[in-house]
Amino acid sequence: MPLWWPLLLASLLFAIGVYGVLVRRNAVLVLMGVELMLNAVNINLVAFDAHFRDVLHGGQTFALFIIVIAAAEVGLALAIVLMVFRTNGHIEVDQLRSLADRDEADRDDVEVAR
Amino acid sequence: MTVVEVIFLLLSVIAVGSALLVVTTGNMVHAALWLVVTLASIAGCFLVLAAEFVAWVQVLIYVGAVVVLLLFALMLTKAPTGYQPGLNVRRVLPAALVALLVAGLLGTTVVAGFAGVEIDLDNAVVGSAEMTGATIFKMWVLPFEVLSVLLLAALVGAITLSRGRPDAPDDSRSR
Repeated sequence: MPLWWPLLLASLLFAIGVYGVLVRRNAVLVLMGVELMLNAVNINLVAFDAHFRDVLHGGQTFALFIIVIAAAEVGLALAIVLMVFRTNGHIEVDQLRSLADRDEADRDDVEVAR
Repeated sequence: MTVVEVIFLLLSVIAVGSALLVVTTGNMVHAALWLVVTLASIAGCFLVLAAEFVAWVQVLIYVGAVVVLLLFALMLTKAPTGYQPGLNVRRVLPAALVALLVAGLLGTTVVAGFAGVEIDLDNAVVGSAEMTGATIFKMWVLPFEVLSVLLLAALVGAITLSRGRPDAPDDSRSR
């Protein structure tokens, strides 16, 4: 199998994940985009592991580690999402603007415009 | 073209197609379910690429745990189950442009950089549970232990976050 097949698949999945992160408004759907990106990286690691046949099996081991880190990330992120939902009543990431960098003057205008 | 290559191509097409549905569908629960299809076909790709243990871990943790957590989050945030029009931001075009640029740049780089390189799957070392376990506990013990501490920290953090602040005035609402 040509090595660029899994690499191209990983690139496409990563780009789709980027699109999902950029375009979705719901925080949980943004997280799904992040999961797609992490999986794309895993495909790369496993493909190079199969190609190099490293004695250390670094690729597959790192893929496992990334899966663990992704599980920890998604657990924490969902706790934060639930907290945001309890505080604001919604999880639309483009309306959570209390940490946004903007002038004091147009602060009220933004809230009125929403 | 061998059978393995055909299987890999089919799984790739399924993965990319369902990933596109994950980011474009107007129904949040359907997005989570399409994510299951994507992750399962990626697990199939891992199997084809001789990473057996990683594939089963992918099925167990991603399909089993992460998607269920995401569905829990959707339910707990009172997400509507039907079709919803306002799931995407209004300016979709710049986002699509950025994603296309990423795909084009990464894709042309890897195709140009690794054209003609072949993976010899017939002689690849299958990453079975035995092989992976021996590798982790012989070579990667320290990262493994650090990861377990990281998981513990994430666990404590998630519990602390979801308990809420005890001194908050609206604490009774969250209990």
